[in-house]
Amino acid sequence: MTLELRNVVKSVGTQTHIHETSLRLATAGFNILLGSTLAGKTTLMQLMAGLEQPSRGEVWFDGKNVTGVAVQKRNVSMVYQQFINYPNLTVFENIASPLRVARMSQAQTKERVQRIAELVKIAPMLQRHPGELSGGQQQRTALARALVKDADLVLLDEPLANLDFKLREELRDELPRLFQDRRSIVVFATTDPMDALLLGGHTATVREGRITQFGPTAEVYHRPADLATARVFSNPPINTATVRKQGGQVVLSDAVAWPAKAGLRELPDGPYVVGIRPHHISPVANGAGAARIDGKVQITELSGSESTIHFVHAQLNWVSQSHGMHAVQVGTTTELYIDVDRCMYFSPDGRLVAA
Amino acid sequence: MAKISLASVKHSYVPKPLGPQDWALKQLDLEWSNGGAYALLGPSGCGKTTLLNIISGLVRPSQGKVLFDDVDLTQRPTEERQIAQVFQFPVVYDTMTVWENLAFPLRNRGLRAAEIEQKVKAIAHMLELDAMLPKRAAGLTADGKQKISLGRGLVRSDVNVIMFDEPLTVIDPHLKWQLRSKLKELHQRTRRTMIYVTHDQTEALTFAEKVVVMHEGSVVQIGSPVELFERPRHTFVGHFIGSPGMNILPCEVENGVVLFAGQRVQVENPPTGALAGRRTEIGVRPEFVSLGQGIPVSIVKVSDAGRYRVVEARHADYRIKLLVEEGVAVPASNASVRFDPGHTRLYADGRLLE
Repeated sequence: MTLELRNVVKSVGTQTHIHETSLRLATAGFNILLGSTLAGKTTLMQLMAGLEQPSRGEVWFDGKNVTGVAVQKRNVSMVYQQFINYPNLTVFENIASPLRVARMSQAQTKERVQRIAELVKIAPMLQRHPGELSGGQQQRTALARALVKDADLVLLDEPLANLDFKLREELRDELPRLFQDRRSIVVFATTDPMDALLLGGHTATVREGRITQFGPTAEVYHRPADLATARVFSNPPINTATVRKQGGQVVLSDAVAWPAKAGLRELPDGPYVVGIRPHHISPVANGAGAARIDGKVQITELSGSESTIHFVHAQLNWVSQSHGMHAVQVGTTTELYIDVDRCMYFSPDGRLVAA
Repeated sequence: MAKISLASVKHSYVPKPLGPQDWALKQLDLEWSNGGAYALLGPSGCGKTTLLNIISGLVRPSQGKVLFDDVDLTQRPTEERQIAQVFQFPVVYDTMTVWENLAFPLRNRGLRAAEIEQKVKAIAHMLELDAMLPKRAAGLTADGKQKISLGRGLVRSDVNVIMFDEPLTVIDPHLKWQLRSKLKELHQRTRRTMIYVTHDQTEALTFAEKVVVMHEGSVVQIGSPVELFERPRHTFVGHFIGSPGMNILPCEVENGVVLFAGQRVQVENPPTGALAGRRTEIGVRPEFVSLGQGIPVSIVKVSDAGRYRVVEARHADYRIKLLVEEGVAVPASNASVRFDPGHTRLYADGRLLE
């Protein structure tokens, strides 16, 4: 099964919500839409589902043009951030509702609901009403309803956002398994890079109504095609600075320079933008490939297992995140080390040139 | 500013509580010292909001006392407690400018114009809202509005405590970082007493000097982030703090020797007394499990979390998670893992043996 957006544009009035986008999704693994609030993730999902019609371009499903076909005529399931269930129906009836619409036999309905309820760990709650359930159980009910019919397209719009941290972790762990034997295209929208990383599959980074990159999740994370993608796919935010390449050296400031790595070395001298993820700057020098950077400490956050140090160097704000407890005094100047082998370099207009 | 004490506080929402399940808060004795940064951490329904409401006076406890600087305020209304609160959803006056929003609590208290001007400016500067001051609050983004809510709490100098109830839940992750570090910086600068309620361990641990962990109406541990991470006193704390949480594995104790699935395991707190009839478990965090000589496992799943990989391994019927640093190879199917003896602990009936 495939779902394609072909040169799709969505405008409302004079505003363009989705700039021209082409995207081809398949059934293998999750398809993550990663981006901040209002980046366009929900609009993209609505276009995929047929809840919204594109202003231009076409939506194709399995080789058929489905542009303009209403959502009711497509086999689509959706789960939203808010826990949406029928409050007056039992959990059983909530899960069974798509099967009732499809006029499935009583025996088959019962069997299916039971099986799905066990899969999402809600079986003991089948006779209760949604109001008697915790948030996590309510969202499991909504997920079960999305799973019970064999939808061609399953759209999960930030389904974990309203859950407690631990419940989110638990459900995120289970989600890929719930879908692994299905022939559905699964799309999952989130603002959190960690969700994308741990759910795997493919990721599309979304920013200001554009998909900046689409590919296997680990590849997009480790080799972002441009600075916009790197920014969307970094939490805490990626450190960036303009550097100058001079001969074999990368010069960050009067005090900080390091040898240019292969890939960058061959490129012409001049200005580049370096991108350094916070965990590649550490208060401890790791190996020979580390460049020292002195920073004036602004804030420190010690979480018990890792240390986050916010510091200023060359009038720029930097963040370092490292394993262990590194208590540094606010206001003092401290030594930190950049893992230069893991720096990414972008052209001044933001395209990746070396990673 | 004040020290806040809760003495033998209990609370139930039902008129005649019978069993322990009827108590939203079980027996609590707690002291919040002046100028501290605290977090109240626990899952939904653990009683943390009830506790917050008891401090603010929105809820009168069924039993016990609330003292501010040793003065009993249990029966006094919220207005007499001088408390600032910031909620999950920003509370701003849309029709007012940012300046007017920040000045609002000061005008209400009849401060002189010059003083208001000076305080509003100082707070706006700390929150990097200077340029926004003349703008209408309605036009701001969610994080901008939440900054105003924070600012209104911070602008008053007469507050005893500022309480935050899940203030960053509706904020995007990358802005969360900024606001959280801003909050931390504000605490470091102003040294106001702050109580931060959250279900999010990262927020709690990075913000607070002391974290109060709650579970089913009780406080299970109070400690610094390091203490909670390094030495959880309850398996609940081990599970709830840390991502992924601590591995909790059933074990046998025979003649002072700890056995996990028949394998001898060294623990940091070897048993001294008899443990017969008690449920015994070892707890070891994924950070303290490494690939190397030890317990044979099969590798079930490897997830790339960017700076490390979360490896799920299996020994017999037990699932063991470990974190492997970027750049270290993970075997494809079979491996063996080692528990760091300095960070592997024995628990009986969920409690750390001490």
